[in-house]
Amino acid sequence: MSEIEEIVQGVLAGDRRSIAKAITVIENNPEKAHRIIASIYPHTGKAHVIGITGPGGSGKSTLIEKIIREYRRRGKTVGVVAVDPTSPFTGGAFLGDRIRMQELSVDEGVFIRSMATRNYLGGIARATKDAVKVLDASGRDVVIVETVGAGQSEVEIIKVAQTIVVVFAPGLGDEIQAIKAGVMEIGDIFVVNKADRENVDKSVMDIRAMLQLSNKEQAWTPPVLKTIALTGDGVAKLIEKIEEHRRFLEREAGREKAREKAETELVEAIKEKVASLMIEELEKEGEFESYLQKILRREIDPMSAAEKILKKKLGGC
Amino acid sequence: MHGERKIRVLIAKPGLDSHDRGAKIVARALRDAGMEVIYTGLRQTPEQIVETALQEDVDVIGLSILSGAHNTLFPRIMELLKQKGLTDVLVVAGGIIPDEDVPELEKLGIKGFFGPGTPTDKIVQFIFENAPKRS
Repeated sequence: MSEIEEIVQGVLAGDRRSIAKAITVIENNPEKAHRIIASIYPHTGKAHVIGITGPGGSGKSTLIEKIIREYRRRGKTVGVVAVDPTSPFTGGAFLGDRIRMQELSVDEGVFIRSMATRNYLGGIARATKDAVKVLDASGRDVVIVETVGAGQSEVEIIKVAQTIVVVFAPGLGDEIQAIKAGVMEIGDIFVVNKADRENVDKSVMDIRAMLQLSNKEQAWTPPVLKTIALTGDGVAKLIEKIEEHRRFLEREAGREKAREKAETELVEAIKEKVASLMIEELEKEGEFESYLQKILRREIDPMSAAEKILKKKLGGC
Repeated sequence: MHGERKIRVLIAKPGLDSHDRGAKIVARALRDAGMEVIYTGLRQTPEQIVETALQEDVDVIGLSILSGAHNTLFPRIMELLKQKGLTDVLVVAGGIIPDEDVPELEKLGIKGFFGPGTPTDKIVQFIFENAPKRS
């Protein structure tokens, strides 16, 4: 049995070392990653994928720890992918999300993996998606993806999830920033954590007001909840809402969302394959360079160059 | 441009001491050298450390301890690593570890000892040179 086959078998059997190795392959080796994903894909689609995002300092990690404990109490197994940014200057990363969850490391029913955004082929969203698929195929009931909701790429990451929870804390002044990041539009459940602080009701009102502005036709009205992650206050209610959303997805929107996601993934995959095959060929024939030169000399614009290339390669379209 | 392989390092604090400034300084230096650093936080049991190393599939474990309990905790950690099949992970240690204890710990498989005041680029260099070369 090849190394990849062994890893796949291990993942499907729920073996933790295999899960860890599979995610490492996904991080480092696109070809081998593809083979793993191809093998495990038929076994995915069972886990409920929950995205948890929000500004730094909102208490996400502490809240996630409580969420995991509550799911464990209910007899569910949990996988966590915690994403942190890679430094654009050094290429390194400090992955500290585990700190708040470390007691759970030795719980057999919990698997936690920290990922840095790096510079993945297909983007970090692809790598996160694939890591989620591995955890899903390994039999986890729930997979949690955690990111800091600060920028556009974080929005892309969190779209991996079926239920997106956005966590704020009072007085951080982030509601405005969150609009820019597009996070308000994709949140399914909003939480104001550290609800023992002042301004908590104002935060709740601000979020509700912003949600009303958003005008979308929605079959699901995002609730705004209060929690105190440190004590666990409000967590059971949050899980109730998450479960409610899951049932909502199963009944109605779920099929449509799943279809949209599959469409996006297929289109992305086609784009990527076509681009890499085309460019590989062009580079071999020296044509890539010659088109580049023409563009630099302003003889042709990039879109027209692409059209010419494709016409030639695909023969008249 | 595909995923560049990064050296993944677990910085762990076994036992009960709560002095982590050194651990954090080393963590930052490794990050600045382009590595991915997972920090466990304080008061880790050997079981937590080894399980974390497994889940995160790390290349290196750096144990930071200042409480003097290294002669009890380190053998336990090395034993668990062997049990879980994590035998190619580079293990190094820092903190307060008296010279006379080093030979025994080296026999267990701990390859580098970096006490207070060690220049961080020495640690970085050591890791680059001794981390397992994985495909």
